[in-house]
Amino acid sequence: MALAPEEPELVQLLTPEGELVEHPDYRVDFSDEELRGLYRDLALVRRIDAEATALQRQGELGIWASLLGQEAAQIGSGRAMGPNDHVFPTYREHGVAWCRGVDPLNLLGLFRGVDMGGWDPEEHHFHLYTIVIGAQTLHAVGYAMGLQRDGMVGDGGPELTGAAVAYFGDGATSQGDVNEAFIWASVFQAPVVFFCQNNQWAISEPLERQTRIPLYQRASGFGFPGVRVDGNDVLATYAVTQAALARAREGSGPTFIEAYTYRMGAHTTSDDPTRYRIAAEVEAWKLKDPIERLRSFLIRTGKADQDWFEALEEESNQLAKHIRAGCLDMPDPSPMTMFDHVYVDPHKPLANQREQFAAYLASFESTSEEHS
Amino acid sequence: MSTIDAPGGTRLMGFGEALNDALDVALQIDPTVVLLGEDIDDESTGGNFKITAGLSTKHGDHRVRTTPISEQAIVGAAIGGALGGLRPVAEIMFVDFLAVAMDQIVNHAARLRYMSGGKTPVPITIRTASAGGQGFGGQHSGMLESWFTHVPGLKVVVPASADDAKGLLLSSIFDPDPVLFIESSRLYFGNMAFGEPGGDPRRLHVEVPLGDYRVPLGKARIRREGDAVTLVTYGRQVDDATKVADRLAEEGISVELIDLRSLVPLDLETVLASAAKTRRVVIFQEAVTRSGFGGELAARITEELFDTLEVPVRRLGAPNTPVPYAANLETAYQPSAEALAAEVRETVERKARAS
Ligand SMILES: Cc1ncc(C[n+]2csc(CCOP(=O)(O)OP(=O)(O)O)c2C)c(N)n1
Ligand SMILES: [Mg+2]
Repeated sequence: MALAPEEPELVQLLTPEGELVEHPDYRVDFSDEELRGLYRDLALVRRIDAEATALQRQGELGIWASLLGQEAAQIGSGRAMGPNDHVFPTYREHGVAWCRGVDPLNLLGLFRGVDMGGWDPEEHHFHLYTIVIGAQTLHAVGYAMGLQRDGMVGDGGPELTGAAVAYFGDGATSQGDVNEAFIWASVFQAPVVFFCQNNQWAISEPLERQTRIPLYQRASGFGFPGVRVDGNDVLATYAVTQAALARAREGSGPTFIEAYTYRMGAHTTSDDPTRYRIAAEVEAWKLKDPIERLRSFLIRTGKADQDWFEALEEESNQLAKHIRAGCLDMPDPSPMTMFDHVYVDPHKPLANQREQFAAYLASFESTSEEHS
Repeated sequence: MSTIDAPGGTRLMGFGEALNDALDVALQIDPTVVLLGEDIDDESTGGNFKITAGLSTKHGDHRVRTTPISEQAIVGAAIGGALGGLRPVAEIMFVDFLAVAMDQIVNHAARLRYMSGGKTPVPITIRTASAGGQGFGGQHSGMLESWFTHVPGLKVVVPASADDAKGLLLSSIFDPDPVLFIESSRLYFGNMAFGEPGGDPRRLHVEVPLGDYRVPLGKARIRREGDAVTLVTYGRQVDDATKVADRLAEEGISVELIDLRSLVPLDLETVLASAAKTRRVVIFQEAVTRSGFGGELAARITEELFDTLEVPVRRLGAPNTPVPYAANLETAYQPSAEALAAEVRETVERKARAS
């Protein structure tokens, strides 16, 4: 399962040991501060994830889908985006949400069931989470075709042009929707980046249940380039996404990125992965941890010192506290909000039903008063 | 209240265990039965709700096959297998995901035999879980039976208890037509939500006949006899309705409770006979009320018994909104036992119209 030697097609810029390596097609040019910034993103997102998992265990969230192990795929791709690039995520893209400026408490609100995702997708260029596997890839294509129509494809750079980025998993590649999205994006040369996090598992189904060839190779059959990148290498995922976005925005069409990574945790907090996968596999992937390798690199090259890591640890503790407190503070929504947003225009029968429902709820309040 | 004739003996089982047993029997007695679905084999998890646990180990993973994540292909391939002589049983994790496979179900499974003049039967069974009341959110919690009862050519079965689950599933699998078999997932846990603390997950365990036990499709089950009002329901609402009927009996209201078991074919005779006797009817469904199955049933009863009924047929279902996610909202959204009791009382107490 070692990556670089056996996988010549895998784009890698930072090895699991934290060594920089050259790649003929991809490179990054980060200042020390930017590198520390990426490390901070990775560390804080992992902390948010750990806190959310703990909150779920304590009964404060209904469910949580952990991104553990996939931080670099998400931060690398998320930080490569420009202001007009629009994300269509699955339910696991907490790291991308972070990069798009979505408050982590909004993510927790969703998993706590307080709302369906409290952020404004337009403001953050980050769509709501999609639970029905693969559907969002088609939305990304439609959005991208809209960008074409609006003249936001061509010259002008990231400030004037944009692309849609569809996130999905290895399991999703078996959906009809996803394959139709590939065809449409190709035929219309739509500015889409298909960012597949191949985390090796779809709940309890291993990758072999979805494909017999490396996923990125599928792209060529649809008529656009596919590339496999080390999904645990934040530098490589950044570089590859940046190139794919540039290609999309300038009008050269879609790219399929297979971020080769691993779901270190359970599918969701409702799942127990020990029932279907062996510990040795998880142990092997631990050696390729996305955060450790950048840490080794920063320390060895003197780009960050002990004080800096300690300060980050403190920031991380504060963030965790903030999230916990914010989560516990979230009010239950009023039952009447159930009737909000079903239709845009007022709608008589539904309004009547709403009134009846309010009266029905009120009847309980009066009975409980009678009894008290 | 029917008693079960079980020469082979019975065993105390829960809803999920009874389904597992039915699948096991079907695989055993007919080599053309195959199972396909996501995560269903034992190398995976034995199914999202573990209904197929142990079956791939026992019958082979060529017969109990974990498929790629493709609902359309699961149903489409099941149809193809059926055209070639198999009896596929497809598992779709949640009823909401049937939407992904709608073309295969509606345009193909339901119509192929008709369009070929009877030459191409499609004896597939699609098992799926409805998950209302589980806190699973708007795209996992639908109760969508009425989408399918509207489609000629499909049968639609919604079991309410472990014994029926087994008997109806075996009948569905060996039925010559395509059957949609909807399992109320709370019944896997004694009509509690997954992981809900407290309560007794075994409270709905009943004696289930062993072996090839079948309950015919199209035969409703009178769960409780009564003469003041007829309460018609199906699926996990039968459990709620039973509790309500027990409570109302203490108040002196005698409820006749009918569990439809299958919506297509519908046992209208049993419903009409009861309605003619009590002359008052309440229909209870989990689904959104508007255009739901309850509306169809109310129309049929009214068409046949307009002159006999003393008061209008009443329906109780969910509000006409998507299923909300917040626990308190979903609880308020789900048609409750309290609301049902109120509805039944009102129907019984309402003055009969002057005839
Ligand atoms: C259409 C549909 N089918 C099935 C499911 C149930 N389900 C939820 S997540 C999942 C696995 C998805 O795996 P993958 O695409 O690899 O994403 P990952 O969870 O690994 O990030 C499945 C089958 C669903 N949500 N939607
Ligand atoms: Mg996956």
